[in-house]
Amino acid sequence: MIRTVQQLALRLLPQVIALAIVLAMIAAVFPGFFSFSLQNGRLYGSIIDILNRGAPVALLAIGMTVVIATKGIDLSVGAVMAICGAVAAASATHGNPLVVTLALALATGIVCGIWNGFLVAVLDIQPIIATLVLMVAGRGIAQLVTEGAILTFNDEGLIFIGGGAFGGLPMPVVIWIVFGIAITALVRRTALGMLIEAIGINRRASTLSGIQTPVLLIAAYTLSGLCAAIAGVIAAADIRGADANNAGLWLELDAILAVVVGGTSLLGGRFSIAASLLGAMIIQAINTGILLSGFPPEFNLIIKAVIIVVILVVQSPKIRTISSFFARPARQNGGER
Amino acid sequence: MKPKYLPLAATIAIFILAYAVCALQYPAMLSTRVVGNLLTDNAFLGIAAVGMTFVILSGGIDLSIGSVIAFTGVFLAVVLEHTSIHPLAAFVLVLAITTVFGMVMGAIIHYLEMPPFIVTLAGMFLARGMAFVLSIDSIPIKHPFYATMKSFYYKLPGGGRITLIGGLMLLVFIAGMVLAHRTRFGTNVYALGGGTQTSRLMGVPVARTTILIYALSGFLAGLSGIVFSLYTSAGYSLAAVGVELDAIAAVVIGGTLLTGGAGFVGGTLVGLLIQGLIQTYITFDGSLSSWWTKILIGLLLFVFILMQKLILYLSRKKAG
Repeated sequence: MIRTVQQLALRLLPQVIALAIVLAMIAAVFPGFFSFSLQNGRLYGSIIDILNRGAPVALLAIGMTVVIATKGIDLSVGAVMAICGAVAAASATHGNPLVVTLALALATGIVCGIWNGFLVAVLDIQPIIATLVLMVAGRGIAQLVTEGAILTFNDEGLIFIGGGAFGGLPMPVVIWIVFGIAITALVRRTALGMLIEAIGINRRASTLSGIQTPVLLIAAYTLSGLCAAIAGVIAAADIRGADANNAGLWLELDAILAVVVGGTSLLGGRFSIAASLLGAMIIQAINTGILLSGFPPEFNLIIKAVIIVVILVVQSPKIRTISSFFARPARQNGGER
Repeated sequence: MKPKYLPLAATIAIFILAYAVCALQYPAMLSTRVVGNLLTDNAFLGIAAVGMTFVILSGGIDLSIGSVIAFTGVFLAVVLEHTSIHPLAAFVLVLAITTVFGMVMGAIIHYLEMPPFIVTLAGMFLARGMAFVLSIDSIPIKHPFYATMKSFYYKLPGGGRITLIGGLMLLVFIAGMVLAHRTRFGTNVYALGGGTQTSRLMGVPVARTTILIYALSGFLAGLSGIVFSLYTSAGYSLAAVGVELDAIAAVVIGGTLLTGGAGFVGGTLVGLLIQGLIQTYITFDGSLSSWWTKILIGLLLFVFILMQKLILYLSRKKAG
């Protein structure tokens, strides 16, 4: 048990250090950064704000991690967010109770995920292309639901999901942390995680060794669709309306970036949901830091590009070979001693 | 008919059928004015799609082209506003920048052995970010040379006009066809799409070809940006968002295999025209909303991907 905790700590170390550096840099410029206060039973402060604003990307990153671990990718999550937000808003304006609204929105996300999974697992289409179909058509479908307008709603229960608080924390924060722990427990307390990694490393070998590859692949994309649905409901509840054009726009790229920052390889295989969630928080901390420091928010894109390039170089198979070549003599010396 | 011509034939058949249906409902669609506008309105997308065709033929993908188009437009607008250099010199300068940009991405993809998807994603962020740093406002281009270039056109019988940019797009397509089907470089691109390992064993210079492909895509994205700035007479850093998706859709609907190795540059032109036709039809109809364009293009994408799968399956069955 202690060993697994140690391993986990070692795995998360680079992300924790990166997050600490980013936060320390912001705090050096803004001394009041870490302070927070309790008002009306809800915590307020910059740190809470980062956790709250990062909720959609964090949720998307959970599903994206599992999909990327199977050597896939899901480009449609932003569009699925828009569809599910539109469905939730349409249902709320029709006067449906909260349970029905949530069930409809989540079911829509699950259907979108099954569609993607079906294209990848059964029709054997490359994941980038399979999910591209929904990415292109998705916003059109969302606009079909909202009939081209921004649908606003006043359903108290739905608004609570975006702006309410539970145990002092904003609802979106509670949702992504609970959901992240639940999915981590699901894949790590069972053999599911290992099977998913097996598919990512070698799909054919996994199928031949008796793993239900199609079922697991569809499940992975369904999870991604479900995550997108929850993120979409939060995004819609946050602005009290469904904006088919802008809800979740380009968030698929942020989610992929969060997974990559979390150290999960895009070539599939080993994954860590906790590291991806830390990755999402690193991205959000940088966003907030740039906004606080008064730089134009456009610098964000350049910083993101630099982050990707640095991680690419670190993860590159070529660089690994070179570094292990230099590391080998050292290890041999250690063995002789 | 050989199975490799089947997607192309299907694309052309769909285009002719769609045009016939449109013309039956609105006879005015047959006028050369509509044809001329179809070429002019899609010129920038078409030029970028030629570059995308080469990238996809080689089994890669380039997500950066939309951002490069925006960067080019903003760069031209800023340079023409603040300096007195001639637009032609500015064109050469910006083309050099975007070509080098593509070369660097190609080099990273090849030498660091990383997926093109994530490398060009970084390029997409970088180019868009640079455009933002240059200016976040939409800057009009008022140089008299732009007006001169816009006044060039070839008048078709019936009042239609092939503008400079529409004509340029057709020229780029012809050049692309020659490059893909009649040169050593083109053959290498097809070989690379068939498999990196096999093409290396066949003696294809993999490093040089990969870098050249992305350099070509960068160059054409830059050219597309110039055309876009001529088309809109402005530079705006939020312009051309999502053009890469439209270009990929045009390539796939044009019958190019997404796994690389099979397809035609000419098919991309037809794929592009189908997209343009859907938009024109929606404009003619007037009551249909513009989001139908997205849904229809998504649907067409799906149908063509399915058809490609079927053809692969059939040809494998025949071979086996």
